[in-house]
Amino acid sequence: MTQQEALYKYLLRLGDNALIQSYRLSEWCSRGPILEEDLALTNIALDYIGRAQNLLQYAAAIEGKGHSADHLAYRRAEHQYYNNLITEMPRGDFAYTIVKQLFISTFEFLLYTELCHSKDEAIAGIAGKAIKEVRYHWTHSRDWCYRLGKGTAFSNDKLQQAVNDLWMYTGEQFEMGAEEEMLSAEGIAFDNKALQSKWLEMVSTVLTASNIQIPTESYMQTGGRKGVHTENMGHILAEMQYLQRAYPDATW
Amino acid sequence: MVNTSFNKKEILTLLSEIKDPEIPVVTIEEMGMLRDVIISNNGYEVLLTPTYTGCPAMGIIEQDILSTLQDAGISNAKVTMVFAPAWTTDWMSESTKEKLVQFGIAAPVHSSCVNWLSPRNVEVSCPKCGSKNTKIVAQFGSTACKALYSCNDCQEPFDYFKCH
Repeated sequence: MTQQEALYKYLLRLGDNALIQSYRLSEWCSRGPILEEDLALTNIALDYIGRAQNLLQYAAAIEGKGHSADHLAYRRAEHQYYNNLITEMPRGDFAYTIVKQLFISTFEFLLYTELCHSKDEAIAGIAGKAIKEVRYHWTHSRDWCYRLGKGTAFSNDKLQQAVNDLWMYTGEQFEMGAEEEMLSAEGIAFDNKALQSKWLEMVSTVLTASNIQIPTESYMQTGGRKGVHTENMGHILAEMQYLQRAYPDATW
Repeated sequence: MVNTSFNKKEILTLLSEIKDPEIPVVTIEEMGMLRDVIISNNGYEVLLTPTYTGCPAMGIIEQDILSTLQDAGISNAKVTMVFAPAWTTDWMSESTKEKLVQFGIAAPVHSSCVNWLSPRNVEVSCPKCGSKNTKIVAQFGSTACKALYSCNDCQEPFDYFKCH
């Protein structure tokens, strides 16, 4: 594997995580529990789609085949997507989306803080913008965890259920592939494993303050980063890629 | 052929008239989005930095830049997005902030990197009555760059331009 191939795959992984998370959040448009949350979740989705666009555009440039970010988003099958499984999980109820967002944005806060210092200037530039947005995503999900966890027995139960259901998809975020090992040795990527204890500490602090039990199960379901997805992924792409499949090369 | 009748300063003066499509009382220069103009044999390259990565106004701003230059007789221009240094509300001048307030948007009240963990501790003044007795309604408002507040004294709901 050359460094160019490693960088291409790494950018796809970062970009796919942002793209699929954006897709799931945007499903809340017009379905939010209150108007303000409808706006908040879709605003967050907008930050993610912008980040995905920047990362996939850069990935396409590194690939060097003259493709666009849209080409990478619309012309890859699910086994060519490298997003973490947690992003493709259905939006579920509001508590489920909030917990998902907490788990993901805690990881992103830690990762993008490091990527601001990447030796790859383009990655550092994208990370420098993303980190400011991630902070807002994180405080948004943290504050909702507090409210739901300390609200009623019903809302606490919903939050606990979401934490229990999503827990086994959190470990994948810290997995390292050959391309990440190679790039982090060069100071371009960062060692995801090194973020795990800090992630657990941050997440545990929020959940404990929300009167939620931290799951003890250790089994972690992984696969997305190798292109092995849950059945959700096919459904997402079937809808997202419909237009380009029905009318190849259609443009605005 | 490169149109050499415009220097960098002249181009920037032309572009400094362009308004932010979301906040039509301030220009893209006052917002700090207009970063630089590079003049080369290939023409004019305008460097623009987005406020938020997914900001949908960027496409409109790009069109506005190109059509402003077109009107001045410049066709060999392009707009390039730059991400570093990342845009920050710290680049807004006091007079720009005052324009926001006059328009009904509370201006960012502290530096971008302070207090991000406790946004609720920030004291935001109502742009209508000036009262500091305000409350946050939602961290995300009408656009990605704003939060929704309301005034406990005059009851006015208003946008707050978030620190970034």
